[in-house]
Amino acid sequence: MIDMKPEKLIDIISGNMLHLAGDDSLNLDTVIASDLMSDVLTLENEPDILVTGLANTQCIRTAEMADIPFVIIAKGKKVSQEIIDLAREGDIYLISTHLSIYKCCGLLYTHGIKDTF
Amino acid sequence: MSGITFTYKIEGGDFVNAGKASSEIKRTLKQLNVAQKTIRRVVVSLYEAEVNIVAHAHRGNIDVAINSENISIILKDEGPGIKDIDKAMEVGFSTASPSVISMGFGAGMGLPNMKKNSDYLNVESEVGVGTTVTIKVALIE
Ligand SMILES: Nc1ncnc2c1ncn2[C@@H]1O[C@H](COP(=O)(O)OP(=O)(O)O)[C@@H](O)[C@H]1O
Ligand SMILES: [Mg+2]
Repeated sequence: MIDMKPEKLIDIISGNMLHLAGDDSLNLDTVIASDLMSDVLTLENEPDILVTGLANTQCIRTAEMADIPFVIIAKGKKVSQEIIDLAREGDIYLISTHLSIYKCCGLLYTHGIKDTF
Repeated sequence: MSGITFTYKIEGGDFVNAGKASSEIKRTLKQLNVAQKTIRRVVVSLYEAEVNIVAHAHRGNIDVAINSENISIILKDEGPGIKDIDKAMEVGFSTASPSVISMGFGAGMGLPNMKKNSDYLNVESEVGVGTTVTIKVALIE
């Protein structure tokens, strides 16, 4: 287990905080990166982080159903108020970053965050 | 048999509201202290089924019945129906439009995943009329 709190992770990816959820002691160990929400929904185990280039309400809904507490929208995609409101409702961290998915995941990898299956 | 029931109306193409029913059912099951893994199986199945109405049908209704032992969900839609249900159950079979794909769905993984996550799944369909999907999950071991 690595020690990766939301604040530290947001700093690593130069993230914009769109919604900070209630639980700041959350430990972020595992990640899935996908633009295919059906794929995220087939995971046996729930990852701590979803990295996606998809900026729509379904990425928050998917995180909610799959019990993923932390969503990163990469590639500097514009995130609508509707998406932010949904993250607030579901108490899910919503962070955007200008980084590409490749760079974002590379940074998570070098900081010890693992894959999920 | 006593229990709680819920009904939802779903509009085809309404991706903004897709997932509302699943979200509400998740909250209810949490309040009933159902195990986290069980809730996850229920809402993942329900969510993919809800998205199927939005993605593939014109409109539909979701009827949910919860008692102390089971959750039973019936999703009945008016839409094009499914010509070959066995084929639709295969991983990778999809007739989804580009707009559905842009929403993160349409890879032909929904029905197989609903099958995997539920204890009972039944799909009935009439081409040109609509589709009825029934999902059941036991809430206790
Ligand atoms: N409610 C429905 N009405 C009409 N067709 C449906 C419905 N649900 C599923 N289908 C058909 O079955 C196919 C496979 O469904 P699914 O496994 O959920 O994959 P996807 O929705 O990603 O295409 C769909 O592409 C569609 O052709
Ligand atoms: Mg589907």
